Amino acid sequence: MKCRVKAFGISRDMVGQGEFDLDVPEGYTVALLRADLTRKFPRLRNLRSLFIAINNEYAQDSLTLAEGDEIALIPPVSGG
Amino acid sequence: MIKITEKPIDIQKVIDATSSLGAGAVNVFIGTVRNTAHGKNVVWLEYECYESMAVAEIRKIMDEASHRWPLLGAAVSHRVGTLKPGEVSVAIAVSAPHRKDSFEACKYIIDTLKEKVPIWKKEIFEDGEEWISAQPNMEKSYN
Repeated sequence: MKCRVKAFGISRDMVGQGEFDLDVPEGYTVALLRADLTRKFPRLRNLRSLFIAINNEYAQDSLTLAEGDEIALIPPVSGG
Repeated sequence: MIKITEKPIDIQKVIDATSSLGAGAVNVFIGTVRNTAHGKNVVWLEYECYESMAVAEIRKIMDEASHRWPLLGAAVSHRVGTLKPGEVSVAIAVSAPHRKDSFEACKYIIDTLKEKVPIWKKEIFEDGEEWISAQPNMEKSYN
């Protein structure tokens, strides 16, 4: 299944790009995604926190991804 | 009204969006760019936003505020892009029959926005730059 990953703020610097495609197997969860991303981009471990959003909503680690999902890396926010 | 904009915020428009004849109070919060951080001079700030999710999250916050307090109107406008010290980064207006509710709801909205809405700012100093609240101590990039 193909998903699109968007990285924001400092996480964009850490993964080296703002957007990229990701091929994931059936049954792939947010927990697996998080583990794979931090393995591939170890600098993400330096973050105070890293939330994952799927299709514009904060996602629990147990959520299963679906074809075409938009994944967003959300480092600590600092709006206002 | 929810607005994410690269242009200067028109505060009057944010206030007008909440107008109601039943209102006895309109509470307004204006966030501005401070010229110092960590004892250093801030030259400018870069605001970045995941817009589709930011709008959805602000909508949730406003819905929750309307659920908790008897509001007549609420509006949020957040600026993104490059902002210099003194410029307005966010404006929030809340109207309600009575002032206590408008104060409390406005505080709830800005506090929750800062906690949950996917917007990020990077401080640009004279000698480097830093994403705010991102990491413990590492990876600050100074020239």
